[in-house]
Amino acid sequence: MSKILIRGAQVLGGEPQDVLIDGSEIAEVGQGLAADGADVVEAGGKILLPGLVDLHTHLREPGREDSETVLTGTRAAASGGYTSVFAMANTFPVADTAGVVEQVYRLGKESGYCDVQPIGAVTVGLEGKKLAELGAMHESAAGVTVFSDDGKCVDDAVIMRRALEYVKAFGGVVAQHAQEPRLTEGAQMNEGVVSAELGLGGWPAVAEESIIARDVLLAEHVGSRVHICHLSTAGSVEIVRWAKSRGIDVTAEVTPHHLLLTDELVRSYNPVYKVNPPLRTERDVMALREALADGTIDIVATDHAPHPHEDKDCEWAAAAMGMVGLETALSVVQHTMVDTGLLTWEGVAERMSWAPARIGGAAGHGRPVSAGEPANLTLLDPAYRGAVDPAGFASRSRNTPYEGRELPGRVTHTWLRGRATLVDGKLQ
Amino acid sequence: MMRHLISAADLTRDDAVLILDTAEEMARVADRPIKKLPALRGRTVCNLFFEDSTRTRISFEAAEKRLSADVINFAAKGSSVSKGESLKDTAQTLEAMGVDAVVIRHGASGAPYRLATSGWIDAPVINAGDGTHQHPTQALLDAFTMRRRLIGPDAGLGQGLDGKRITLVGDVLHSRVARSNVDLLHTLGAEVTLVAPPTLIPVGVENWPCEVSYDLDSTLPKSDAVMMLRVQRERMKAAFFPTEREYSRRYGLDGDRMARMPGHAVVMHPGPMVRGMEITAEVADSERCTVVEQVANGVSIRMAVLYLLLGGNEPAVTHPAPATTPATKRSAPASASRIEEK
Ligand SMILES: [Zn+2]
Repeated sequence: MSKILIRGAQVLGGEPQDVLIDGSEIAEVGQGLAADGADVVEAGGKILLPGLVDLHTHLREPGREDSETVLTGTRAAASGGYTSVFAMANTFPVADTAGVVEQVYRLGKESGYCDVQPIGAVTVGLEGKKLAELGAMHESAAGVTVFSDDGKCVDDAVIMRRALEYVKAFGGVVAQHAQEPRLTEGAQMNEGVVSAELGLGGWPAVAEESIIARDVLLAEHVGSRVHICHLSTAGSVEIVRWAKSRGIDVTAEVTPHHLLLTDELVRSYNPVYKVNPPLRTERDVMALREALADGTIDIVATDHAPHPHEDKDCEWAAAAMGMVGLETALSVVQHTMVDTGLLTWEGVAERMSWAPARIGGAAGHGRPVSAGEPANLTLLDPAYRGAVDPAGFASRSRNTPYEGRELPGRVTHTWLRGRATLVDGKLQ
Repeated sequence: MMRHLISAADLTRDDAVLILDTAEEMARVADRPIKKLPALRGRTVCNLFFEDSTRTRISFEAAEKRLSADVINFAAKGSSVSKGESLKDTAQTLEAMGVDAVVIRHGASGAPYRLATSGWIDAPVINAGDGTHQHPTQALLDAFTMRRRLIGPDAGLGQGLDGKRITLVGDVLHSRVARSNVDLLHTLGAEVTLVAPPTLIPVGVENWPCEVSYDLDSTLPKSDAVMMLRVQRERMKAAFFPTEREYSRRYGLDGDRMARMPGHAVVMHPGPMVRGMEITAEVADSERCTVVEQVANGVSIRMAVLYLLLGGNEPAVTHPAPATTPATKRSAPASASRIEEK
């Protein structure tokens, strides 16, 4: 296949235009383009976005292939409109050496559904004690630029300081999972009114906020940039806003679930709502939406965290933390940000493609939809309404908090460098 | 009545009063030479204990046997609770065996709720204590004890605890007894005050229907009942308070403090007591302390709960001369006239 004409799509939500893909690139964008032998995709009423980029995905391979593999995870990504995902390092073995990140990188290449950019661990074994060979991972074939102990917090202030400083040598960034460990021992849910009633161990907002406050000050002190994973509280928003106003080089992400769900859902004791950081309050949700709209929070990242059924089909305390998110992210963002008038589609492109690609350094991704650019594109039907059915997921896992919930919008097509990975909602 | 008993918060005032009144009838049975009733004959109740609690298990077992139920004791202690699969697997095993009710004790908050709502099992579920969440039969037996002591076994029938001032003292943060009691006592019209060091009061308590105080001495003269909650010594290691001695000095109940309570006020404790820590021997052994009664009342309350959840419409206890019937949604079985005792 050489040429594809996407006809009448609202590029970034604007006026209908035609987009011609030739090979792996966008050849032309304009009105009334001739088909000229190209395969035509009728896209009237649909929104065309740059291929989405997820800075926070757990692909689970190597080690937990029962919950996800690079192949199933990238298929899920393509279904959700993604053309690039950053794979978190908390695998078994941990991605803390050049060998493991190269393995994940190679598996991504082989999958062909979505580019996979491995994230390297900050410390050996995610133990927070000793720096992993960050330079070796950067120089490997995987070319790692994002480092994170996600799942665990780099809580030792000296180790964090050193990591922030060290990665400056090659333009890397540390992505912090902000969770003060002592304040969250035995934590099961957000600490507040609901946890008091349910008798579940509290995960206080201050455990996140205190680490973010420390890390933005460290970043300022050593002149590094820092990225904050899955920011979840109104207080964290205030700290990041303050840091940015001070000129500190900080970026932050929010997950789709923290834009929509609250800790009231935990009253069901259904572990499908168990996630780390935990679901917070309505007030936090509103603050996060506002911060994403005004740019305090830079990006949406899924924290796609697949778990096998048995790890959720149990009592709350025994259940694993995390939710799958790749296949519902854009719908949740449409629901919470676009349909509410907080963001335009261009704003969505910035927060789900351009900015994450910039932060992570995803070459060829997060580009403008214009001639000469790699044809990494996502087409969605914003008028679609339907209940989420996990049985239709491409992910190996089904732990979605949205089962049966009606969400707007549906990704119909995804192109990775001109190759259709998703056509009419079907993986190719 | 509801189908399960998971949380004291789920009980309406009518439900709660009905249980207390039914328990009063059950208590009278205990005074008879033959203590057994046929109400649950042919029904199987499983006591599913994932956490050690001989006291609670024996209390339920006594209640079940007095109602003529067949009893299965399942101690799952030491099984892989961390993995969690054992709850579901065990539930499905019990379902296959056809048990008619499950009494569950579990270290994880919410486990009984999961059991009742997950579809793993169809039988009614009675929560015998889950994590730091709820222990509804404990709250019911406490309310029953208060009603008997503060109003009277007969005079109390049909009544709540309106206007009674109840003080709970101790480790509220980790206490399912406190959570259950606050919910139930509020429903029954009592005014509840929690007293503890601030470290042992949960963040989020502001939504609870009660007052919070850090000062025991000023609360005691305004209390009709003072319930001392157990304080585990391990809490000290996690810096909830500095030393045992300081805890006792500030929040322990000794003879001097007891003397500040009104003359009619009682001292309660869910047991097991840590003598010398939250309560001195002098107080524990005094006439005003209801600990032994609470144990006896526990059996009556659990009989009432089992009967009401499982007994259908058959009267449990019958009398030639019916006792006064309270005006509740559903009349207490005491009002029935058929004699069914064996
Ligand atoms: Zn994380």
